[in-house]
Amino acid sequence: MSQETKTNSGSNEPKSRVKKTGGVPSTGHSWDGIEELTNQLPRWWVWAFYLTAIFTVVYWLFYPAWPIGSTFTKGVPGLNSITYTATQVDGTQVEKTTHWNMRSKFMVEMNELHAAQKQWFDKVAATPFDEIAQDAELMQFVTSAGKTLFSDNCAPCHQAGGQGVIGFSPNLTDDHWQYGSSYAQIQDVIVHGRQGYMPPFKEIISDEEITQAANYVLSLSGEPHDAASAELGAKVFQSDTASCYACHGTDAKGKEGLGSANLTDKIWLWANIPEIENADEKLKAVKNIIAGGLNRGVMPAWEDRLKPDQIKLLTVYVHQGLGGGK
Amino acid sequence: MKHDKIERNLGILLVLTMVAISVGGMVEIIPLFFIKETVEKVEGVRPYKPLELRGRDIYIREGCYLCHSQMIRPFRDEALRYGHYSLAAESKYDHPFQWGSKRTGPDLARVGGKYSNDWQTQHLIAPRSLVPQSVMPNYPWLATTDLDYSDINLRMRALRKTGVPYSESQAEYERNVEEFGADVAKYLHIPDAEKNLIGQAQQGNYDTNPDKLSEMDALVAYLQMLGTLVDFKKYDDDYFVKFR
Repeated sequence: MSQETKTNSGSNEPKSRVKKTGGVPSTGHSWDGIEELTNQLPRWWVWAFYLTAIFTVVYWLFYPAWPIGSTFTKGVPGLNSITYTATQVDGTQVEKTTHWNMRSKFMVEMNELHAAQKQWFDKVAATPFDEIAQDAELMQFVTSAGKTLFSDNCAPCHQAGGQGVIGFSPNLTDDHWQYGSSYAQIQDVIVHGRQGYMPPFKEIISDEEITQAANYVLSLSGEPHDAASAELGAKVFQSDTASCYACHGTDAKGKEGLGSANLTDKIWLWANIPEIENADEKLKAVKNIIAGGLNRGVMPAWEDRLKPDQIKLLTVYVHQGLGGGK
Repeated sequence: MKHDKIERNLGILLVLTMVAISVGGMVEIIPLFFIKETVEKVEGVRPYKPLELRGRDIYIREGCYLCHSQMIRPFRDEALRYGHYSLAAESKYDHPFQWGSKRTGPDLARVGGKYSNDWQTQHLIAPRSLVPQSVMPNYPWLATTDLDYSDINLRMRALRKTGVPYSESQAEYERNVEEFGADVAKYLHIPDAEKNLIGQAQQGNYDTNPDKLSEMDALVAYLQMLGTLVDFKKYDDDYFVKFR
């Protein structure tokens, strides 16, 4: 114990403590009788180190390396050239050769990817919607590529299977289509996006009239309601003061051009009426929407984020792949 | 000098360690200040508007960067999922930048405009209500906490010291009009910061609650502008290759 304390204490130790062990000088560090010696590094290790130094010279020939003032060495032309195809702003394709760098390598990778998918995307772009659905082989591509695109871009709102979230985003798997169920209509929604809007009615009609209109709306889809009040509500609905009919239609079945809801079916988006058990609560939920209106249901426009052929493919995927398109 | 000597003198050891580490850093970093192509020449990049700046501070306060990077690398899979790779120019007004390397959640460098304000708000309050498999924590207090913008001028002045061109005088404002256009320049004027912040929040209604100027307003305003400043349609798809 006393010896260990001695060997580890400060620099005022006598020189004699650096003993030679087996011909190799000791560093003087000793713990529990284990001593640290000053052996040379193994020969193979030293040579491996020299080799890495030599390798750096090879590296300079192949890759961007040394800064020189306002520029840098780009390797030896011919040794590290990369040739890729670039698409210019005007749509023309140009072949270019440059030195190796991450971004030119990336161009080559994207070229390869596009080459592999080109025949399929070209076919999607060239084939009319109806015929894509008939082509089993092409539909295989649409289904697998569509699933990837949908998962990344659409699923955050419409969920992985397209089932939507009540109170947030519409279900894409059922037969009800707010903005229309044709290929062209679905494509238009994806390209331009949508903004849902219903004005608040609390300033326009009285609370009593809102109650009546709510009872009428509940009666349309067979929910529990006050029949007498609903009868008066029908008049409110068709009146020019409230003019509910202007958006929802005189038959209350909604209008595809406006995206107004069909009130006669059992599909609810903004209030989960079928799940509410208490009739008073159902009435309250519908009244809330009539009184406060809706300024929600924003779908972003995808024309700047996705390419036209990707949007067309997604249209077919939503129409056919998820089911429900007509 | 014998390493025996270095190891036994704490002062020398400390100085030499610092020298060795600094050399590595300096040879990598200093040349970038002189190389012309380091920051790409590109249009549209501007400093943050006051509301976005507060959002960015909240982003940092809540530690979003611990799970989200803001750097799309030039890789095929990242380009397919997130969009164009990030440019150095796009974070030239960032102090500190939010590139990050911990990718637990998705990269956010181009999240702006991808989802609606409604989605961002709902998702920040309760991520799993929209993305069932998410492991992101809930941040419900953002929607209920009033945004403190009392020190917005000081925050902008601090960034101004690091070189961000927020304007203090009329002359500086004029210079910004020239560089960024009048629409942007008015948001960069420090004396009008508070007014602009409130105006943008009211106009954008980012937290979907028009009656409240909450921290959610600021954070969503920030998220919605991320990666939207450069219009890549204006450039050849290999324009940025030549800068490397």
